[in-house]
Amino acid sequence: MIGIINYGMGNLSSVKNALDYLSIPNILVNNPDEINSCSKLILPGVGAFGLAMHNLHELKFIDSILEFTQVKQKALLGLCLGMQLLFDSSCEHGTHNGLSLIKGVVKNLNDSVKNLPVPHMGWNQLIETNKSTLLKEVVKEEQIMYFVHSYYCCASNKEQVTAQVNYEFNFDVMIESNNIFGCQFHPEKSQKSGLQILKNFAQV
Amino acid sequence: MVKTRLIPVLYIKNGLIVRSEDFSYHQNIGNIINEASRYNEWNVDELIYIDISRTDEYDLRRDDHKIKSYSSKQEIITEIARVCFMPLSFGGGIRSLVDIDILIKSGADKITLNTAAFENPQLIKESALKYGSQAIVASVDYRKINSEAIVFTNFGQTNTGVKLLDWVIELEKLGAGEIFMNAIDRDGKACGYDTETIGQVVDASKLPVIACGGAADEYDFVDLAKATKVSGIAAGNMFHFTERSYPRAKQTLKKNGINVR
Repeated sequence: MIGIINYGMGNLSSVKNALDYLSIPNILVNNPDEINSCSKLILPGVGAFGLAMHNLHELKFIDSILEFTQVKQKALLGLCLGMQLLFDSSCEHGTHNGLSLIKGVVKNLNDSVKNLPVPHMGWNQLIETNKSTLLKEVVKEEQIMYFVHSYYCCASNKEQVTAQVNYEFNFDVMIESNNIFGCQFHPEKSQKSGLQILKNFAQV
Repeated sequence: MVKTRLIPVLYIKNGLIVRSEDFSYHQNIGNIINEASRYNEWNVDELIYIDISRTDEYDLRRDDHKIKSYSSKQEIITEIARVCFMPLSFGGGIRSLVDIDILIKSGADKITLNTAAFENPQLIKESALKYGSQAIVASVDYRKINSEAIVFTNFGQTNTGVKLLDWVIELEKLGAGEIFMNAIDRDGKACGYDTETIGQVVDASKLPVIACGGAADEYDFVDLAKATKVSGIAAGNMFHFTERSYPRAKQTLKKNGINVR
């Protein structure tokens, strides 16, 4: 059973629709107690980093997520903002601490991208930098994913980065460290390639 | 680099997909949910739905599949989102932030504002603040009058007298995330894109521009992609009537060196 954490950040129905379509058992997790019934977690999210961490605190999700991943060593997949939350901190509207499951920081694309529009929005080709469990059976020509974001992750340990993308410069868009996974793009909106990623996560 | 998107536009009228010509003639094509599944199978980059119903009555007719009838926009979007795994935009008849809340909650990734944006520009500002600019597409219909592109609203019926380029710049200032431009004169005419005006809009705005109106075949897509730096190439009618038109168009674009998925 995959639990989709519902903490008031964006629309979770598209992630749920994708898992339902793939016949992968899932539930929306509305409070920390419900995490115990899950074997894996997805942390989705659209919106601002600070508000997202605030909501996770308010709803008392933080300790449960840390116990789930650190003590029980069960798998967690962060999507879009959900991937950014896995990092130490973000500079989005002030400095905010994240979950620190992955060493590194989240930076503003506007500081690095000069000639292209921000947000980085649309379909972009992945550059696989390390072997990725989630990209299993997704061949290079099909590693094209749908992105919408204005901030980007910068992992300290590049061995944990499995894919980058080029948008004037290369930055980290997929991470994998034991039981912790993250995708900056939206697999639930990336057609067959994205659905394969969700299927692969279900089989981790 | 981000790929150039090829985007089917589907017009919904009273719960049915219709073909549109000159914004006034509409021919029924089929069931919304069946069409949505078909486009998902084609692995499309994105879908834009525009509801052009003048009333709020919905009746998705039963066809050979057992499909229940839907009574509202929310229900239609909810059902489409269950079978479509690409970005979905919805537009038509949106007048308030409450309308936008409902559509996004039902599964729309983006909403398009046209007449409402013109009559109430604050709506662009407010909705962009609430959902982010990336979720707000400003849709602009225009006609050429004495070789000048002029904005029309209300399904192309009201001449605003405002120049297209002026309005596009204003929309960007208000916080729109994308421009979806539609040449009314070319709607359903299969005469090719208005590359000249599209090029001017692309050059005038930092926002991604999606252009629609006039496509007859896939070579029109190639011509447009080569002539301008358009972000999205949109077409309605041609995808309905030509078998496997979407995947074939993608192949043709690729062969011609256009950066597509």
